[in-house]
Amino acid sequence: MRLNGRFGRFGGAYVPEILMPALEQLEAAFLDAQDDPEFKAELNELLANYAGRPTPLTRCHNLPGKIYLKREDLLHGGAHKTNQVLAQGLLARRMGKRRLIAETGAGQHGVATALVGALLGFETRIYMGAHDVERQQLNVFRMQLMGAEVVPVATGGRGLKDAINEALRDWSASFEDTHYLLGTAAGPHPFPLMVREFQRVIGREARLQMIDRVGRLPDAAIACVGGGSNAIGLFSDFIDDDVRLIGVEAAGKGLDGAEHGATLLRGRPGILHGAETYVLQDDDGQIADSWSVSAGLDYPAVGPEHAHLKDIGRADYVGATDDEALAAFQALASSEGILCAFESAHALAHAFKMAKEQPDAVLLVGLSGRGDKDVAQAQQLLGPSA
Amino acid sequence: MSRYSTTFERLAAKREGAFGAFLMLGDPNIETSAKLLDAVVAGGADMVEVGIPFSDPVADGPVIQAAAKRALDAGVRVADCFALIARFRSGHPDVPVGILTYANLVMAPGRETFFRRVSEAGADSMLVADLPAFEAEPWTTGMRAADLDPVLIAARNTPADTLRTIAWLGSGYTYCVTRAGITGVHGEPSFDRELVRRLEQANAPPPVFGFGISTAEHVRAALGAGAAGVISGSAIVSAAAEGRDVGALVATLKNATRNDSAPR
Repeated sequence: MRLNGRFGRFGGAYVPEILMPALEQLEAAFLDAQDDPEFKAELNELLANYAGRPTPLTRCHNLPGKIYLKREDLLHGGAHKTNQVLAQGLLARRMGKRRLIAETGAGQHGVATALVGALLGFETRIYMGAHDVERQQLNVFRMQLMGAEVVPVATGGRGLKDAINEALRDWSASFEDTHYLLGTAAGPHPFPLMVREFQRVIGREARLQMIDRVGRLPDAAIACVGGGSNAIGLFSDFIDDDVRLIGVEAAGKGLDGAEHGATLLRGRPGILHGAETYVLQDDDGQIADSWSVSAGLDYPAVGPEHAHLKDIGRADYVGATDDEALAAFQALASSEGILCAFESAHALAHAFKMAKEQPDAVLLVGLSGRGDKDVAQAQQLLGPSA
Repeated sequence: MSRYSTTFERLAAKREGAFGAFLMLGDPNIETSAKLLDAVVAGGADMVEVGIPFSDPVADGPVIQAAAKRALDAGVRVADCFALIARFRSGHPDVPVGILTYANLVMAPGRETFFRRVSEAGADSMLVADLPAFEAEPWTTGMRAADLDPVLIAARNTPADTLRTIAWLGSGYTYCVTRAGITGVHGEPSFDRELVRRLEQANAPPPVFGFGISTAEHVRAALGAGAAGVISGSAIVSAAAEGRDVGALVATLKNATRNDSAPR
């Protein structure tokens, strides 16, 4: 490895020895591509003309306060995931791989991987927890339409964590011809660094749009945190500014119980899926099953850079419950005519709280994905005539 | 002198390879697990490798995953595993015992505390499946301080500089994987004479092959490639889970370590 892959004490590469050469190959390809104008030009062309960047910055018209939404929900594929998937797809081609594997929680990363598989001509297999397959049927079918094979994972809590386990097992046998297209800024080095750099475009655009449109930087940038890729993408270009950075974790059915995905708020430092980071676990170190109404935040670890930002106090991490997220989802739909993903609704729920307390604060919210995938579940939860 | 070097020397004098049997501690419960540990030694195992069950074993195939799940479902805790090792040690003072587990279980009480408990229970070595040589140094330092042999993994694709790190940090033996992928009996294991040669050149601890070793032919092929021994895991764990005679299986595999006349 050329870099140590650490964010303070967190991060690193804790994988079976057999996978280390694959990570080294990926790190080299990533670092070389960062210095390659042709790679950047091809990626930027795809981001602009295939995926639809830049995405708009929308001020909420009717909701109280000064809330600006960075509209990653309008990106092709329906979420911010497409940004980094296009980049990793190009890297995979550069490394001569012919096959992509990925994990997915809500299905958004699976959809993004499926589309890049179709676009760039990879054989694509998506691992998805069996429980998530049940609650995200629409996304499963979207992946299949784009030619991906979706493999339900029935081990453990049958969620995102278990899908990552299975993808890692696949990769440890298939790395010679297969790229593991990890979907978030978590996992072993170089993934957290690489995914951050490929998602940084969110905050870079939002920063310029704020200056251009509002004439100032926001008081706070707010994003939901599961693995943490949309949050780190939004935060990165504000790190050196006087802007509060707030990550919103899934408080599920409440932080006092066990049914949540609030890793930074309720976890302890440990090692999961290749990184030293905060982990939800029992006294022995067995990994706990997380819970969230949103499959994308239902994960018992978190990207190591968030663990570092928490420890040094540069970012604050808070929770929003299932109920609060659902209420925010409804409010955005009925007041602004925007259906957002349940994941993004967690960030929004916290922004609403802040707007109530500080009506003059300028709040930038990462609207990481659109809500089409969640409509059927919302109907179940809210009843047929919400 | 460690139990590993004593064992390897004793066997080499008889022109035998070492046979290591792997079992998951607490599978399917504590009492049965204790009996199985005795049974593999009675069957002829020269050394015993034991797993401490982890909820998310990414390096393991379906058989070992299921074994860990049975143990955890039975309520087995890490402290129970240490107690099982201590009980085994009191009955078998000379048999080397190695622990195979995952990094998060070691981190949970703190590395030094975990290593001290392993050592007090009477185990000889530790292999952490998700700890590559790249991250290993602070861990192996702690293991040595607790009088444990750090066992590291080498594979066909492991580059020369990593083999040198393994030689520098490891002791007891070097766990050589027979193929890419996860543990279990699928696909044919291959016994890479070249890897053995490269490890010898790097002056690494004695190579022991693992992953997918289920037949006498595998054992002979591994020793023929120059290994000091073999470890069989999934085959033994499957036999135990299906109620077959684990001692008899071990005896068959152990017997194959005696038929090898290849120079080592």
